[in-house]
Amino acid sequence: MDFSWIIPYRELLLNGALLTCMLLVISVVLGFAIAIFLAIAQVGNNPVLRVAAKSYCTFFRGTPLLIQLWLIYYGLGSYLPYIPGLKGSFLWPLMREGLFFAAVALTLNFAAYQGEILRGTLLAVPKGELEAALAVGMRPSMVLRRIWLPRAIRIGLPTFAGEVILQLKATPIVFSVTVMDLYGAAYKIRQDTLLVYEPLILVAAFYVALTFLITQVFQRLENAVPARR
Amino acid sequence: MRLEARPALVVKDVHKSYGTLKVLKGISLEAAKGDVVSIIGSSGSGKSTFLRCINFLEIPDQGSFHINGEDVEFRTGRDGKSHPSNPRQIERLRSGLGMVFQSFNLWPHMTILQNVIEAPVHVLKVERKAAIEKAEALLAKVGLYEKRESYPAFLSGGQQQRASIARALCVDPAVMLFDEPTSALDPELVGEVLKVIRSLAEEGRTMIMVTHEMKFARDVSTRVMFLHQGQVEEVGPPSQVFGAPTSARCKEFIAAGSH
Ligand SMILES: Nc1ncnc2c1ncn2[C@@H]1O[C@H](COP(=O)(O)OP(=O)(O)OP(=O)(O)O)[C@@H](O)[C@H]1O
Ligand SMILES: [Mg+2]
Repeated sequence: MDFSWIIPYRELLLNGALLTCMLLVISVVLGFAIAIFLAIAQVGNNPVLRVAAKSYCTFFRGTPLLIQLWLIYYGLGSYLPYIPGLKGSFLWPLMREGLFFAAVALTLNFAAYQGEILRGTLLAVPKGELEAALAVGMRPSMVLRRIWLPRAIRIGLPTFAGEVILQLKATPIVFSVTVMDLYGAAYKIRQDTLLVYEPLILVAAFYVALTFLITQVFQRLENAVPARR
Repeated sequence: MRLEARPALVVKDVHKSYGTLKVLKGISLEAAKGDVVSIIGSSGSGKSTFLRCINFLEIPDQGSFHINGEDVEFRTGRDGKSHPSNPRQIERLRSGLGMVFQSFNLWPHMTILQNVIEAPVHVLKVERKAAIEKAEALLAKVGLYEKRESYPAFLSGGQQQRASIARALCVDPAVMLFDEPTSALDPELVGEVLKVIRSLAEEGRTMIMVTHEMKFARDVSTRVMFLHQGQVEEVGPPSQVFGAPTSARCKEFIAAGSH
């Protein structure tokens, strides 16, 4: 086993790891925020919003992430210059990067899965708890904010942990649009050094460590409200 | 002064159907301050539905409501039925009616104390410190001061129901509504909850209570209402309804319950 390349490639590796973490955090946080709207739209009583949210979730859950990424990178990417005002804006340099499209694709995809899960857990909150909230005089928006959503999120926590781990393992796909994430770094090292296994082993260890960390974070969140088992 | 003279609650001619099933066929109820009205009747007679119409968890098809000094405004909707026309008014009225459910319905993601201060702080906008003070006093009163930092899942059924009574009390309700508060409890836990409810009755709180506890209803009620198939079959002081009912059905129901 030869790990002597770690030192010369440390910057590439570190930047790759940082990028992987960044993509994970951005797509999970923004994706979750979008998922809340998708879930509420699906259980709400506005038929237009319901169908729109349902279609969104079906499309993004029903197509491979790779295809979504390429559709967004090549498709959306080639239309952006024609949107008036965008080219001069401060966002423009960002929008020419593969990283931007990778983050968008990962976020939209994650939102679809979470939106579906959250829809289910919203429906799993016992009706009586919501009635109790109405009965003390809460208006529907407050019931949603104070009782319904927090309860639904807690019911979904064990599932969310698994979803975030899956999302982590989906991130290497961004290398296909030239983003140098951790996997991209390993790829480059393999090409340069002609080592087959070592770079992959290091990267695998990193993913495992991150998975462990995610598990710990969610364990903490779950323990925040003690449950009787 | 103004309110003292008027009844806390006047409900007239309430109708409610689910599809073709007529569940309530014109029920009226008047409760003066300090009244304890027990609603009894066999399963499916419409007791819960009527109680839930009072705080509009069910929207009645017809009826007039005077609650806590306000007349509820209705308008006829597109479906030809009447609906409360002002959601803000319904929310305001609800916060003046404390509801206690058969299945407690505490919010499991909050501690007992958080459950109790939720409505005062977020609905009534009471200052947090004042709300906590009051909630702790109420929890002490129902014997749960020690459990205030616990989550509902760690309490027995009887404790959960007492906590939910404290939660209902913490908004200073003009009228308390109970829907079979002891029916979900193990027999040995019924007593502790009835004791709390009895103490409320003795304080002179206005209460409407659906119950299957006949002896308790007889003890604490100022009035008893017997429902049968969505109609008031018998109503009067407990001595009359339990002792000398005029309706044959009521007589039968009470005879069946007393052994
Ligand atoms: N949401 C609903 N949809 C359809 N039917 C309903 C609904 N809620 C109640 N009902 C019906 O209305 C009737 C009265 O129900 P309600 O719950 O008021 O009876 P109850 O007197 O409280 O009975 P119990 O003693 O069993 O609690 C029953 O026949 C019930 O099946
Ligand atoms: Mg009932």
